[in-house]
Amino acid sequence: MSRAETTATGPDDREQDRTEAAADTAAPAVRAPKAVWSLGLFRSELITVFRRWRTLALLAVLAGVPLLVGIAVRIETGNGGSLGGGRDNGNGPAFIEQVSNNGLFLTFASLAATLPFFLPMAIGVVAGDSVAGEASAGTLRYLLVAPAGRTRLLLVKYGSVLTFCLAATLVVTASALATGFALFPVGEVTLLSGTDISLSEGLLRALLIAVLVAASLVGIAALGLFVSTLTDSGISAMAATVGLLITVQIVDNIPQLHAFQPYLFPHYWLSFADILRDPVGWDGIAKNLGLQALYAAVFGSAAWARFTSRDVTA
Amino acid sequence: MAPIQPAQYDPQWDDGGGEGRSRGRKVARFAVPVAVAGVAAATIGLVPALADAGDPSLPSLTAEQLLTKIAASHVQTVSGSVKVTTDLGLPSALSSGAASSLFGGGAGASAKAPGTGAGSPAAPQTQLTQLLAGTHTLHVAADGPDRQKVSVIEPAAEYSIVHNGTQVWAYDSASNQAYHQTLPQRQSGATAHSDPQDLPATPQDAAKQVIKAADGTASFTVDGTARVAGHSAYELLIRPEHAPDTTVGAIRIAVDAKTGVPLKLTVDPRGGGKAVFDIGYTKVSFAKPAASTFDFTPGKGVKVTEGTDQAPKNTPDRAGTQPDVLGSGWDAIAVVKSADGLPTGKQRNDSGRADSLLNSFGKQVSGSFGTGTLFHTRLVNALLTDNGTLYVGAVSESALTGAADAAHTAGK
Repeated sequence: MSRAETTATGPDDREQDRTEAAADTAAPAVRAPKAVWSLGLFRSELITVFRRWRTLALLAVLAGVPLLVGIAVRIETGNGGSLGGGRDNGNGPAFIEQVSNNGLFLTFASLAATLPFFLPMAIGVVAGDSVAGEASAGTLRYLLVAPAGRTRLLLVKYGSVLTFCLAATLVVTASALATGFALFPVGEVTLLSGTDISLSEGLLRALLIAVLVAASLVGIAALGLFVSTLTDSGISAMAATVGLLITVQIVDNIPQLHAFQPYLFPHYWLSFADILRDPVGWDGIAKNLGLQALYAAVFGSAAWARFTSRDVTA
Repeated sequence: MAPIQPAQYDPQWDDGGGEGRSRGRKVARFAVPVAVAGVAAATIGLVPALADAGDPSLPSLTAEQLLTKIAASHVQTVSGSVKVTTDLGLPSALSSGAASSLFGGGAGASAKAPGTGAGSPAAPQTQLTQLLAGTHTLHVAADGPDRQKVSVIEPAAEYSIVHNGTQVWAYDSASNQAYHQTLPQRQSGATAHSDPQDLPATPQDAAKQVIKAADGTASFTVDGTARVAGHSAYELLIRPEHAPDTTVGAIRIAVDAKTGVPLKLTVDPRGGGKAVFDIGYTKVSFAKPAASTFDFTPGKGVKVTEGTDQAPKNTPDRAGTQPDVLGSGWDAIAVVKSADGLPTGKQRNDSGRADSLLNSFGKQVSGSFGTGTLFHTRLVNALLTDNGTLYVGAVSESALTGAADAAHTAGK
């Protein structure tokens, strides 16, 4: 058992007292207030996450999806033919039929295409790695040497994962917007209900959808963080999170299990499409956000319970 | 910077004495997520129960008074969400395709006479049959008899029918196709719902049709009160009378106490179990919907299929497929001789495929009429004899074979 850990695992109030006492006695002028100090930790954490090659590669893959979809649709419809050789009932991915007429729909199509697996997989990798990765690299104990407290470290880790959720979604959105505007005509947006809205309002709704998609990932981020506190191996935490995701997605698609499905975190993910209705259907969106908040609360507190009471040996 | 201080010696981290305390604290911390999950589960379980609790107490009404109230209701504007659940006990794989050919010809749903423009995925004939199986959410808006909009909410897609004056537009967002039809002037003023479909999309429509059909052949009683979509409502219970063969057990209609608008309609089968058909508002407002709701202009790149004037052209057409009706009221059996109403071309192919599908769940029966295949659902039964006559009705299987026998004897 390391000394560092002993320092860091005391009850939180004592720790804070100590931090404050140190700040008061030693260098009150130099020492920034606690909130700012947390931000400093958060910033350094963000830099660590976003400087990783792995993170950048994930973002690059995500940016490539809209490009791929856009080019495929463009080639298919380039000679005036309809998509999928005149297929009848629109069984393809959501919104794909509208893409060739309005580039903005590439944003919705890409988000609908990446939300089931690509995005949560990337989140699972980053979240699974957040604590377990530090542990397997042997850097966790050094993080705990700093008088930040485990709770605050965990919050900072979760914050950085959530920032990655937002960044990943925005990367998909931005790439889809750029591809869509470059390859397809853009104009008034026909909503699902057949009503037309102006392009600027359409863009606003696209932004809202991007934020909603990012918020849809809050649940799996918390789940990944919890899994990450369970093990000292970054790889196994990532694999477990992604495996859980795949399992849950499969369960969500088995009709016989419909009794459980409303409680599975991906169940309401596609509710973001309700933004494109007229009138906007908020029910599914509210259910989705509520479910994500529930997952964040349950697995966030489970991660806290595990992380603040475990032995850190690496 | 603060000097790095050596940590205090804390006996808790020694082996032995501190172990129990640490474990206790661990358990206490894990109690937090468990408690959060527990509270959430309790909330999920209790809130709907609390919301539904307690039927409202309303001044008691007789069935006649309630029927008068429905008839006197002049609410013309409505918007809201409707949930439709149909559970005929059909295998779900058969849902749309088979259901349309099963009920399309015989059940008296006149809309599905082989119409024009049926090839387009946006055509109402193609789309609305899906309502015959499973649970669907609709969004409806209406402003008088001339302007209505019904949207079938699908995951990440929507199918809308907009009726505005003589114009009927249908837009299917999944295939990005539209269907357009101009109604003749007289028809649009004549009936309350001149949409190209007669499937009821609102509880009002359904209740009107049922009450009209049940007049004189059923007992009407007021059966307590209920809360539907946040409104206090009376429950009207309709039970078929003098109809030994029908499979309909009872029909319940929840009528808004204030406006007299039917808010929910449920059809229970005689055999018991879940309701066969359930249509009700989950949200409703009687405010006038925005005029723009009923505007539709196809966006750029939307493929539009023009439906030709159905009404004048279909009249002779329909006479051919219009089923003969044996019996009356609840025991009525529709008879379709497919010899005269045989669909042609593409439609024949479609129904041929559906037939082979249907044969796999029908059962062979025989009688003095010969042999035939009997299709059984929880409400509607159908008998297709080998000489091509289809008997359909909300009646028991034996009543169907009996009718076929009788028809055979009479035909001799």
